[in-house]
Amino acid sequence: MKELMLGNKAVARGLYEAGCCYVSSYPGTPSTEITEEAVKYDDIYCEWAPNEKVAMESVFGASLAGRRAFCGMKHVGLNVAADPLFTMSYTGVNGGVVIGVADDAGMHSSQNEQDSRHHAIASKIPMLEPSDSEEALEFTKLAYEISEKYDTPVLLKMCTRVSHSQSIVETSDRVEPAPKPYEKNIAKNVMTPANAIRRHPIVEERTKKLIEYAETAPINRVEMGGTDLGIITSSTSYQYVKEVFGDSVSILKLGMANPLPNKLILDFASKVKKLAVVEELDPIIENHCKALGLEVSGKDILPICGEFSQNIIRKAFGVKVPEGPSIDDEIPVRPPAMCSGCPHRGMFYTLKKNNCIVMGDIGCYTLGSAAPLNAMDMTLCMGASISATHGFNKASKGEYEHKTVAVIGDSTFAHSGMTGLADAAYNQSNSTVIVLDNSITGMTGHQQNPLTGKNIKGEPAGQINLEALCHAMGINRVVVVDPYDLDQCDKVLKEELAADELSVIISRRPCVLLKEVKKNPPESVDPDKCVGCKSCMRIGCPSISIKGGKAHIDDTLCVGCGVCNQMCKFGAISLTGKEDR
Amino acid sequence: MTKSILLCGVGGQGTVKASRIIALSGMEAGLNARTAETIGMAQRGGSVVSHVRISDQPIFSPLIPKHTADVLIAFEPAEAVRCIDYVKDDGVIIVNKKAVTPVTASLSGSSYDGTEAIKYLQDNFSHVKVIDGDAICEKCGSDKVLNIALLAGAAASGELGITVDGLKDAIRKQLPQKTHEMNLKAVDIVTEG
Repeated sequence: MKELMLGNKAVARGLYEAGCCYVSSYPGTPSTEITEEAVKYDDIYCEWAPNEKVAMESVFGASLAGRRAFCGMKHVGLNVAADPLFTMSYTGVNGGVVIGVADDAGMHSSQNEQDSRHHAIASKIPMLEPSDSEEALEFTKLAYEISEKYDTPVLLKMCTRVSHSQSIVETSDRVEPAPKPYEKNIAKNVMTPANAIRRHPIVEERTKKLIEYAETAPINRVEMGGTDLGIITSSTSYQYVKEVFGDSVSILKLGMANPLPNKLILDFASKVKKLAVVEELDPIIENHCKALGLEVSGKDILPICGEFSQNIIRKAFGVKVPEGPSIDDEIPVRPPAMCSGCPHRGMFYTLKKNNCIVMGDIGCYTLGSAAPLNAMDMTLCMGASISATHGFNKASKGEYEHKTVAVIGDSTFAHSGMTGLADAAYNQSNSTVIVLDNSITGMTGHQQNPLTGKNIKGEPAGQINLEALCHAMGINRVVVVDPYDLDQCDKVLKEELAADELSVIISRRPCVLLKEVKKNPPESVDPDKCVGCKSCMRIGCPSISIKGGKAHIDDTLCVGCGVCNQMCKFGAISLTGKEDR
Repeated sequence: MTKSILLCGVGGQGTVKASRIIALSGMEAGLNARTAETIGMAQRGGSVVSHVRISDQPIFSPLIPKHTADVLIAFEPAEAVRCIDYVKDDGVIIVNKKAVTPVTASLSGSSYDGTEAIKYLQDNFSHVKVIDGDAICEKCGSDKVLNIALLAGAAASGELGITVDGLKDAIRKQLPQKTHEMNLKAVDIVTEG
């Protein structure tokens, strides 16, 4: 059947058709929808894991049990899972293992734009790289065949423009492979030095066999056209090259990013007068060509940073770029912002008011760094808020600890904040940690996590008791506040910053976008009382603007959280309807 | 025939749904279809863009190169201007009248209401249709018909690759039944009004 599918949905369809029966992932843009779509198939067990390392290790277990398994993550998630990744390369698999990793060239929603192909090369694991939804489906199925035939996990490299684009795919039925029996095999699965020493040469032999496979694999294909220029390319870059050049150049389209086919590349190069590589981010194919002794252009004419487009390629190769009107005037920028009624806003206002040094983390609350709050000093990676605060306070010998806080969301805390908190508790940090518990994984679009009490299907599940967990770590000062109550936030923050021991403030209120969260009627401004002092603007709420010198609240956006009326000294803002908060 | 249609707006306005309606209609008519959309961080009230391309020829990239879009469907006036360099010289622009003030503009106290943006479009392009989304939503009794109202404007221009009747078919086939009446009404208001 023909269907219009998102790239990520096509991967999920590929998992279904390949008979995958176990999926464990941690959400991360642009990879999230793979798992959200996979869970719709009853034949696949799906779960959100606390982090990517846990997801990948559980997939290793599922594979040992003889079942085809998958884990999905974004590029930086693969760093978290790098530990099991590198050694799973040595153990190989029982049931096939596919690891989906989605890069984000252009950083639409990420803190860096690392190129995941480096992980494939470093871990010596084969990597397939689809260029549209149809290939995403087909390559997912092929990845399981390669995995089981060559006894290796296989990386499936997606990127924003493949994950988040729709094209037409042809679906087919599910093939249900018989589970492979579990057989105890200490030499293969227990990676002590003595066993690993014997596995490493097997990995090197496997790579040689995979290079042989890559030489003739149909997913590495030559499209001969004009021979003045030959272009080696892959993924979305292939689509841009095809659109710009059509059949006027010859193309070697690589569907396998690792290992690369030496003979195929040399043979292709011999048939064209000039050779170029068009690849986003790092010059991996290009450097490989140079190592083969080929003269090739690539990053000398194309950018290393950001996403490509047809016009970037036109410009690099001296092809006429379409022209037309454009605007020089400044248009007001519209960056993402905390939503109206976002429970994080009250806490970030309090942090700003108290002039805190704020060690941030990854999530919606990273938007606390934006104007007018500007209440963030650092964001690095998942979980770093707590550990960095600990280091900052210990190294500075108390100089900053009475004004420094770590802020971390509930999902990020479960991901990798717990170990940082263990460090702070164990090494007797005098730090203040704020867990912004909005009862959901927000930024990636509302996924459940170990603190929400629900599983991926929204059914009742196990739930970590955050207060009890902190107490179990030996932390005495654990306080819960409502971030809609500015006075309470201010009072508790001051007390905990002043305390000479580790404390955890749990700022608890569910994300206002959750369906089950009841919204209040909108606030309204009494124009007779409003003096136009703009105090209410200091919280940076998208609902509030100034019209004719007075505050104005957009009643289509406002959910009546009541934070702005606590800002008004003149009592000009109040709820329009009955207050039932 | 290849049509490149760029949809732009503010996260949450329904651009992704609208792009899927166009692409699915194209596919059902036996055409190739590709889309690319903004999903993720930028949804939080940020600018969002969807690219849609439908063609009877193979389509390679879903992304529309600058200065080549046949149609721009803008859910918000300033977003239309922000994406203006995607539109070809004689491209069709369908723009919603209602402005959504960015927080950054509110903070600086600037009085953005969209009229300047619409005037710019009308002064520089010859095929601009302004849709009073608020008025149509009110007449249809739901603010969820905005995307269909804008699509209707684009269909009526003849440049969408989907006819007005084709759009009505798509509504009946792709959208939940309880929304058919209000969406069909929105199409009629735009195309007859």
